[in-house]
Amino acid sequence: MIGLAASLLLLAHGRVAGISGILGGILTRNEAVAWRVAFLAGLAVGGLAIAATFPATMSMAGSRPLPLLLVSGVLVGFGTRLGAGCTSGHGVCGLSRRSPRSLVAVVTFMATGFASATALHVVTR
Amino acid sequence: MRELAICFASGVLFAVGLAVSGMCQPAKVIGFLDPLDGWDPSLALVMVGAIGVHALAYVVASRLSRPLVNGVWRFPADWPLDRRLFGGAVLFGVGWGLGGVCPGPALTALWGGSIQMIVFVAAMVGGMALFEGWERAQARADG
Repeated sequence: MIGLAASLLLLAHGRVAGISGILGGILTRNEAVAWRVAFLAGLAVGGLAIAATFPATMSMAGSRPLPLLLVSGVLVGFGTRLGAGCTSGHGVCGLSRRSPRSLVAVVTFMATGFASATALHVVTR
Repeated sequence: MRELAICFASGVLFAVGLAVSGMCQPAKVIGFLDPLDGWDPSLALVMVGAIGVHALAYVVASRLSRPLVNGVWRFPADWPLDRRLFGGAVLFGVGWGLGGVCPGPALTALWGGSIQMIVFVAAMVGGMALFEGWERAQARADG
């Protein structure tokens, strides 16, 4: 479904479904905004529908404490803008195109993601 | 208008796909990124599946002169492999491992209304704003 959604956006509109870029493009306001807002509105409506029907898919059980989520969010926001992509843009879209930049980005963020999650586990045990 | 409706529909489908696959549950993502506590590799299959489907779309795209509804192809650059790309991916990965949340699932699960996702999305937008400020400062320093 994620692949189909990205394919729909690509084939109809010619754009890549990179979530951090879509949000970042709205925040900077110097790029085409309308299609980005429409896509994020779709995410919102999809999110609301799922929350109403299958709330278990959004379970926060076992999630990190709030201060950690705060730090994590800042790193994710800054890092995805600096590196020009996240799991969707580099991961799904970029690897589908066999983009060298995306391959380097995915290998890097997978490695540091595994490293930080595992390190946190070791430290807090 | 038709174009925006398609972008909207793509967003709805994307959200449902993320939720169904388990990406909107931070504990499941952490279970993938932290192999010490009974590794759950299922999310790797989600990514491989999405890439498999989406790669076909690129085969189709390569045979079309322009997108079906509107506009022109806008593919991100394939090069360079520079410090920004690498540094950004390092920071994003560390943040992802600490929180178990990445941008798509955050903007989807936000609408479940949990305090966790509200805090995360606010921090993520703050991080993006911080980046814009940092970039402007860099541009000034470069004169």
